[in-house]
Amino acid sequence: MTTATKESLRTVKGRPQLFTSYAREMAIFNTRVKRNWVIAGIIAMAVIPFFLQRDMVALLTTVLIFAIGGIGLNVLTGYAGQVSLGQAFFMGVGAYTAAVLGGEAQGDVIGLGLDMVIWLPLAGLVPALVAFVLAPLAARVRGLYLAILTLGLVFIGEHIFKEAKPITGGAGVGRAPADPVFLGFDLFSNQTILGYRIDRFTVFYVACLVIFVVMAFGARNFVRSRFGRNFAAVRDRDVAAEVMGVSLLRTKSLAFTVSSFYAGISGALLSIVIGRISPETWNIFLSIDFLAVVFIGGLATISGSIMGAVFVVMLPKLVNTLTGFIPGFGGIGEGGLLNVFELQSIIFGLLIILFLILEPRGLYGLWLRLRNYFKAWPFSY
Amino acid sequence: MTDLIESLVRGLGLGGLYAVLGVSFVIVYRATGVINFATPALMILGAFFTGSFGNAIGLPFWLSVLLGMAVMAVIGMIIERVALRPMVGRPAFSAATVTVGVFIILLIVAGRLIGSELLTVNDPFGLNTVDVLGARLFTIDIARLVIALVAIGIVGLFLARSRTGLAMRATAFDQETSLAQGINVGRMFGLSWGIAAAMAALAGALLTAGSSGVETTVALVALKALPVIILGGLDSIKGSVIAGLIIGVAESLTRTYQPIYAPWLGANFDVIVPYLIMIIVLMVRPYGLFGTKEVVRV
Repeated sequence: MTTATKESLRTVKGRPQLFTSYAREMAIFNTRVKRNWVIAGIIAMAVIPFFLQRDMVALLTTVLIFAIGGIGLNVLTGYAGQVSLGQAFFMGVGAYTAAVLGGEAQGDVIGLGLDMVIWLPLAGLVPALVAFVLAPLAARVRGLYLAILTLGLVFIGEHIFKEAKPITGGAGVGRAPADPVFLGFDLFSNQTILGYRIDRFTVFYVACLVIFVVMAFGARNFVRSRFGRNFAAVRDRDVAAEVMGVSLLRTKSLAFTVSSFYAGISGALLSIVIGRISPETWNIFLSIDFLAVVFIGGLATISGSIMGAVFVVMLPKLVNTLTGFIPGFGGIGEGGLLNVFELQSIIFGLLIILFLILEPRGLYGLWLRLRNYFKAWPFSY
Repeated sequence: MTDLIESLVRGLGLGGLYAVLGVSFVIVYRATGVINFATPALMILGAFFTGSFGNAIGLPFWLSVLLGMAVMAVIGMIIERVALRPMVGRPAFSAATVTVGVFIILLIVAGRLIGSELLTVNDPFGLNTVDVLGARLFTIDIARLVIALVAIGIVGLFLARSRTGLAMRATAFDQETSLAQGINVGRMFGLSWGIAAAMAALAGALLTAGSSGVETTVALVALKALPVIILGGLDSIKGSVIAGLIIGVAESLTRTYQPIYAPWLGANFDVIVPYLIMIIVLMVRPYGLFGTKEVVRV
């Protein structure tokens, strides 16, 4: 580092909010408060499973996995402005890549039983490669065309998953997912560390947390790089971007590929939480879930996607708990006005609509409003 | 030979169904620039209303179809007013995502309304067949094609000849200019949704006629109209008729011949044929057969 850049990265004493260079303003933690909150958040997330029941830990693990997939979709939809309904397809590709490489062979189903060091990166790279091959096609079309194209991918993918029996086990049967054995250490088994017995769900949660933190920081760094700025340029005005020398084909392909990498990792991890994966898992409704993560969480914010994932995964649990107190709802049968599942879906659909109409910035926007309210509290008017 | 005729006619029947759905998509797209992902749910809900009028009140099939379409038209307009109107001026993909939300809600509502009992649309066709040139043809397939063409013809005439139709086309062409000419653009949006929902209801009735009953599980069939409108062109009604028939026939022929000649493609391969066609079209001619080629101005 030269003296000049060192100079410009220096903070003015007592003025932490004063940026003396672009690099400092774009830094990943441009304010000290932000850094402290992120550290606090990660510590809280690492500690919390030790105080929770097993099913809640599994749910939190799903949150992390949805957040990974959601961040991936947000890179494509929020930053690059390309709506994709194909997230489920790429998750499926990732899950089956992982299962073939890291799972066990059963009957006709292939499984190589390799280590997680090998299958985890490949679970991302293979979908990324598939996306890269499809990217020229995706880059030709704009906006809603891509949504239709990727919708088609989901249906075609579902068919392939159903028919490729040696890989997927076939329709209605399914197969066991990959074994999360990392360098010989089973991440899905009960462990005893320093005399404490740690539940296998907690162990896997911590593993997912590590992957999640790495991937979230990766995405955050990626979108504030040159490529991220290209994405935003293409999103905001593709013609103008092209005139400025941003290659549309390259930018859209990159967004599509990166997004699918995240989807693949997310799919591989999700299959482990589910326990047994059938080809029907990777359907259009899973894609809609991820669309909801992005839109409810907030477009073009990484932290928004995390909030969105919390929301989408926790909503069924929340509705389940609340319906106990409201007569007319609840129950799992035909009785009552709506059963729990139906109520969940309706609330889900309603929230997508309400957020888009009332707060397009999503949960992140709500958070911004709240923060701005308290910024000058008690003089917030 | 009989195989070929039978599958051709079945394909044309299916094609008529797809064409009606395609027109439903096209009308909303032309007016508002939004792909209406709620169409599958509108279709199922329409089939439910048709079935209810037919069974619960005992009206004849024709009347119950028309009433079902009318009810759905009203519902379509309400949805447009409540959920889509606030999205005017926002990016098209946000509005399209709103329709995804509408889809989820309506599908649940439809499922709850239908309940666990079997609901047919009380159609006169059932599994009747006629013999033509030694081939056994289902009357329902012929009926689907004829009804579809008549319905689309009426919509086409309405758009081409009537004053309101002209206003709708003007709105599709340029919203601001239409507004300046005294056209109530918001009402045109509502009307487009009304017509689209009515067409979806008709498709629902045609789909359910000749089958065992209304089910929410068949909703996703309506999404096959997306390949149709891609092939025909997103803003062309003529295109969606021709493309609907092409895709219907292609799917039907695949269903007949693929198990014999290419069994390695797997069971039910015909279901994804429309999507494969769509991908090829997007590669070769992204604006479809009759669509307006997108001109980008700086």
